[in-house]
Amino acid sequence: MRTANGRRGRWSLRALGLGYLTVLLLAPLVVIFFKTFEHGLAPPIEAVTSPDGLHALKLSLLMVAIAVPLNTIFGVGCALLLVRHRWKGNAVIDSIINLPFAISPIVIGLSLFLLYGTKGWFGPALSEAGIEILFSVPGMVLASIFVSVPFVVRETVPVLQEIGTEQEQAASTLGANAWQTFRRITLPAIRWGVAYGIVLTTARVLGEFGAVSIVSGQISGETETLPLFVEKQFTNFNTAGAYGASVLLALLALTTLLAMNVLKRKEDA
Amino acid sequence: MGITVEGASKRFGDFQALNDVSIDVPNGSLTALLGPSGSGKSTLLRAIAGLENLDGGRVLIDDEDVSTKPVQKREVGFVFQHYAAFKHMTVYENVGFGLKIRKWEKDKISERVHELLRLVQLDGLAGRYPSQLSGGQRQRMALARALAVQPQVLLLDEPFGALDAKVRKDLRAWLRNLHEEMHVTTIFVTHDQEEAMDVAEQLVVMNEGRVEQSGTADELYEQPANEFVMTFVGEVNRLGEHFVRPHDMEVALDRDENSEEAMVQRIVQLGFEVRIEFALADGTEIWAQLTRAELQKLELREKQIVYVRPRQTKVFSGDVPSPDGRGASTPHDRKPGDGNAEVSAAV
Repeated sequence: MRTANGRRGRWSLRALGLGYLTVLLLAPLVVIFFKTFEHGLAPPIEAVTSPDGLHALKLSLLMVAIAVPLNTIFGVGCALLLVRHRWKGNAVIDSIINLPFAISPIVIGLSLFLLYGTKGWFGPALSEAGIEILFSVPGMVLASIFVSVPFVVRETVPVLQEIGTEQEQAASTLGANAWQTFRRITLPAIRWGVAYGIVLTTARVLGEFGAVSIVSGQISGETETLPLFVEKQFTNFNTAGAYGASVLLALLALTTLLAMNVLKRKEDA
Repeated sequence: MGITVEGASKRFGDFQALNDVSIDVPNGSLTALLGPSGSGKSTLLRAIAGLENLDGGRVLIDDEDVSTKPVQKREVGFVFQHYAAFKHMTVYENVGFGLKIRKWEKDKISERVHELLRLVQLDGLAGRYPSQLSGGQRQRMALARALAVQPQVLLLDEPFGALDAKVRKDLRAWLRNLHEEMHVTTIFVTHDQEEAMDVAEQLVVMNEGRVEQSGTADELYEQPANEFVMTFVGEVNRLGEHFVRPHDMEVALDRDENSEEAMVQRIVQLGFEVRIEFALADGTEIWAQLTRAELQKLELREKQIVYVRPRQTKVFSGDVPSPDGRGASTPHDRKPGDGNAEVSAAV
């Protein structure tokens, strides 16, 4: 009787979970895919391979290529600092790192605008030096880095805490210096935490809209990433272009996830 | 390579882990740092390795002051209580790690690693990962890893602490034999006095960040410097100011001039050894350690009245060790009304 009840309970819990995921996550994605290819493959492909579409794709990949490595290096370093060097400032650093989670991307965009605009704190000086941050790639890179700072840190900190310091100490008694210990002992031990952080960072940078939209000025073929391209196509009633670019974005994110799973499976085998 | 520590002190916040500690470990010896948890023994070992920086004092290895030398340059082999196995490396890679860091050639590494794996009886398991080994195997791997780089000294921090009793005993004998063969100066930390006496040639007893006494097992047992050492290195009965080892309690059925009346409370058979618990007339509880044969001769029963007499006792006045407390007095000299004496066993 009890097991029957337990089984029923388990099944209803499963159904609830699956139902929730289907309605909220799966259904919208399926609709997008369906709508995209409603009139065949040609219209979406045409839209995405238009000069503006291709440029948006390239720019999005450029954001990933710059922001992800920077945030990975920073994130691992920061996690090491937080976990391995206990001092009073850690709590402050920890909260600052979480800011991008707490603040709306639009606000982040606005603050960058205020900082680097023609009347901002740094804007005039940089402008005089011939460096334009706003309405150009550097500003968009800054925004992308800002919104995706926490992921690698947050994924790496618990792993570092879990592995402890004994293996590192053992390596140092065996003659390894700080760098050798990090490369041969610490990094291999935290690699899956870091990898997961990288996947999340990539997804976040690819999908970022709010902050980038404000600092970019949304100039087609110049400062438009894929999400900005989607929005422009959508507001111009070019649904084929909007859906096509959306599917492309989703595929890019899926590829990163798959790449990590493949690597991990190879490792485990 | 002898090891000398002079006036070492170390503080963690409010806690004084080491308080002016000096020890001398002769070249090629096997020394145990023995003490209860929090006595500073592990901190001292870690300071010798360079894993902990001292607030004061210095560490000399082979007469060279290494106090400011970083851990990776001290050439010490260190074995951790929880093995500190490199989980993502095979047994082979673990043992060869130090050699790889020293940029040995592949052939040479392979030769040395296999030699060591034979030594620690793991030669068939070179390709395994630490997670596929038992605790004892992991600790032997950790030992091989520490020995691979031919360290000047070998330091072991509670090396058998996480293992079960049987494996512990085997590894103890094995470590002793290994030391016979290799003669590398070895210090190991333990809280188990039996283990320390079984394995080490020299013991250093520590308590509350200080060295209480050092010497051979025999010296510590026969001439403990103070109450702490007396109670820590073996079991004791306390009769007022007198300390008596349970095996120094004589039990007789007839009264004699120095004996005291006692009632048998409990008889515990522990194989060869028998533990007899008594209550004295004033309520003091003591116990005696007899052999099985002795018990059978006496034919003791519970609630029986017998007469007990210590063969020898020790008296410590404050922290000053007694010159020689042997046979100095008997329980009859106890101050009247001193009822707080009780059975005290080793920690």
